[in-house]
Amino acid sequence: MQMPLLDPGILRRRSEIVAALRAIVPGEGVIDDLDGMRPYECDALSAYRQMPLVVVLPDTVAQVSAILRYCQDHKVKVVPRGAGTSLSGGSMPVGDAILLGMSKFNRVLEIDYANRCARVQPGVTNLGVTKAVEHEGFYYAPDPSSQIACSIGGNVAENSGGVHCLKYGLTTNNLLGIEMVLMNGEVVRLGGKHLDAGGYDLLGLMTGSEGLLGVVTEVTVRLLRKPSTARAVLLGFPTEAGAADCVAAVIASGIIPGGMEMMDKDAIKCAENYVGAGYPLDAEGLLIVELDGPAVEVDHLVARVEEIAKDRGATTCRVSQDEQERVLFWAGRKAAFPAVGQISPDYMCLDGSVPRGRLVEVLAEMREMSKKHHLRVVNVFHAGDGNLHPLILFDANDPEELRRAEEFGADILRLCVRVGGVLTGEHGVGIEKRDLMGEQFTEIDLDQQMRVKCAFDPDHLLNPGKVFPKLRRCAELGRVVVHHNKMPFPDIPRF
Amino acid sequence: MSGTIKPRDAKELRQAVEWALNESVTLDVRGSGSKLALGKPMMCDHVLDMSGISGIVDYAPEELVVTLRAGTPLREVEALLAQRNQMLAFEPPDLGPMLGREAGEGTLVGTLMGNFAGPRRLSAGAARDHLLGFSGVNGRGEAFKSGGRVMKNVTGYDLSKLIAGSWGTLAVLDEVSVKVLPAPDQTRTLILRGLDEATAVKAMCAAMGSPHEVSGAAHVLAQTALRLEGVAPSVEARLKGLRELLIDVAVTMEELDTLESRAFWAEVRDGTAFNAARDAIVWRISCPPTAGPAIVGRINAQRREANVFYDWSGGLVWLALPPSADADHLLVRSALDAGGGHATLIRAPEAVRAAVPVFQPQPTALAALAQRVKESFDPKGLFNLGRMG
Repeated sequence: MQMPLLDPGILRRRSEIVAALRAIVPGEGVIDDLDGMRPYECDALSAYRQMPLVVVLPDTVAQVSAILRYCQDHKVKVVPRGAGTSLSGGSMPVGDAILLGMSKFNRVLEIDYANRCARVQPGVTNLGVTKAVEHEGFYYAPDPSSQIACSIGGNVAENSGGVHCLKYGLTTNNLLGIEMVLMNGEVVRLGGKHLDAGGYDLLGLMTGSEGLLGVVTEVTVRLLRKPSTARAVLLGFPTEAGAADCVAAVIASGIIPGGMEMMDKDAIKCAENYVGAGYPLDAEGLLIVELDGPAVEVDHLVARVEEIAKDRGATTCRVSQDEQERVLFWAGRKAAFPAVGQISPDYMCLDGSVPRGRLVEVLAEMREMSKKHHLRVVNVFHAGDGNLHPLILFDANDPEELRRAEEFGADILRLCVRVGGVLTGEHGVGIEKRDLMGEQFTEIDLDQQMRVKCAFDPDHLLNPGKVFPKLRRCAELGRVVVHHNKMPFPDIPRF
Repeated sequence: MSGTIKPRDAKELRQAVEWALNESVTLDVRGSGSKLALGKPMMCDHVLDMSGISGIVDYAPEELVVTLRAGTPLREVEALLAQRNQMLAFEPPDLGPMLGREAGEGTLVGTLMGNFAGPRRLSAGAARDHLLGFSGVNGRGEAFKSGGRVMKNVTGYDLSKLIAGSWGTLAVLDEVSVKVLPAPDQTRTLILRGLDEATAVKAMCAAMGSPHEVSGAAHVLAQTALRLEGVAPSVEARLKGLRELLIDVAVTMEELDTLESRAFWAEVRDGTAFNAARDAIVWRISCPPTAGPAIVGRINAQRREANVFYDWSGGLVWLALPPSADADHLLVRSALDAGGGHATLIRAPEAVRAAVPVFQPQPTALAALAQRVKESFDPKGLFNLGRMG
């Protein structure tokens, strides 16, 4: 993975930059010793590491603003970081950039039950929001699997999803407002407790912008009332096609389950060995379908899902009888990653999305690739929205295997794009898929995105080296080429 | 206005924009033109008529997605989805009759461009939440795309959000992919009578915060309406739960069945109550639900003739004021708390809309940022000049 070359001019000015940061953030908020910076050298994409120039941990919006203004004035790069749980290297440090950690912004500022929203600082964890409101029967819907650790600010940057997004949406569908600081130090508020902020939807643009456009300093999220009942149905199929057909049939029948997950045979085995959830080991494809809502509705829908599954040849069909059993059904799926960790020193997790109708074909082709690259692949995925999570098993200590795993991963993502899907459904582009962006987008598409970046950060200082495979200077992108030739379209109807 | 250009496909569209760029002329981009009386009046040289690029490209009910060309009438899309018991969950309003036009004229892309959503905005999201991807032409005459046809996609910036609600000022679209959802089997509405505005909003907020999955909450003509949708046994059970929840709030409760409910909510969606008084100025105010009655109170203190109804649990205030040269815009906007919402002028004579800010004015830093974003798509200002003020 190629990162931008370090700027020797910045490295030479390191002590001057550290001093300037200390003038803004007093005390222990600036970390410049190697031991202190070590915990920040990577995020959850730990195969890639780099020490930052210096770490700064502000605790007020005014400090964030002053830091960014200083960096803009002195052309110093900045990498924002929430909890550092990005799976795509979204908060991976860069050697000539300041690492701006938002962990001290960890307070819940206001909970407004009547208007069903909460105003929190960006360092509050995803689960922390739910914890703050669950005693009143409310929760925050997006539930990425890292929710114990990941921060809401990071969720905004990555537009995080989770197993329930088919029914409840991603982060972008559950936000009401943010406050953010622009690279020039300006503080801007988008939205609030009301809906649809008016003007251009910059809130929507910011969500999933991977920390390249601004630093989020406050978030207003929508709260939902916790569904009164949830039951899970465990369905085993003798073929993957049967399981995939069942997913399509459930949705075509008008049911949108709270969650609908699929696992392939290897994933079933790994998970079952690891937690003993009672998964059928003879199944080629396993579905966990969760239905939530009022009890009568859940019972009604469970019966319909059972019927559809049996019609599609399900050989196992178990409905959770109590909360304990529902949690057990999920335990295997939720432990799929650590379970795979038991059978392989390392694994790489991809998250391309494909149209559901192409699932079976994509799985078959992935197995062919597995043979070609001599690496195993285990599949768990959010079947309801076609979001794959292939886990490629390899040994990172063997550079040759790491290289093959990267190639295998790239082949899978190209396949996703080829069948009408996308490179990433929820983990983000970061550094991981940066060089594959050309598979999904033309140069013009990417130039347009980069021009949007220029509107926020004209010197490309914020989160450098991420998302875009090839950076172009904003001045160059801004030029308008006018062809002074004659009318190019004499045939278009005109009135 | 010197003429109309009507491209027939994506290639002709790109050529048309390239031509406008070369000639330094501006384009009034329109689908059916049904929302011309909404927003700032434009000052464009030519009309770019998109009705020639129309039709469904692909509909995959089991994938919950429909792909269509930009000029496709909303009605055509809705009729197609209805055949498979699906719908556009954001409940696109038809503001045509309020704006003095026929019903059913608009295009789906026109609805997306204004980010218009109906009562189900509360539970299903806005128009912008349903635009999965698009292709189009930017102000440099370049064909580009963003997003895709899949539900979950975080690859690159989410330009679909930016395009939705941009009133055609950033790019001209030729194709969009939109998320669709199953239509409910049953719809029932619980009507509470005789509540004052503050009590009504309190009741609506209590209902929205209950586990009964309310998908519409409006207060119109002293009727407070709560909508429940879904499979029959669920709707029955939730209706019972809601009645119990609100037993102390209202003495009289009535129910509307599926057909009655559809008619009732269509009127809320389209603001039909304001169609009769043709001259009245109409505003739409988005605010925190509990703030609605106080905002209306402040306006009423000055203009006793204000006519009001509430949607979105109180978070959307429809306001009709007597005709005036300035649409009382200072009064309306000063009634909002700072940062506590925004007011859009929906209906007013052209001269009034030209004279006053139709959309909520933004703080300086934000307005400057928005302008830079505009220029990143359309540096020469070719599209819909003046539309957003």
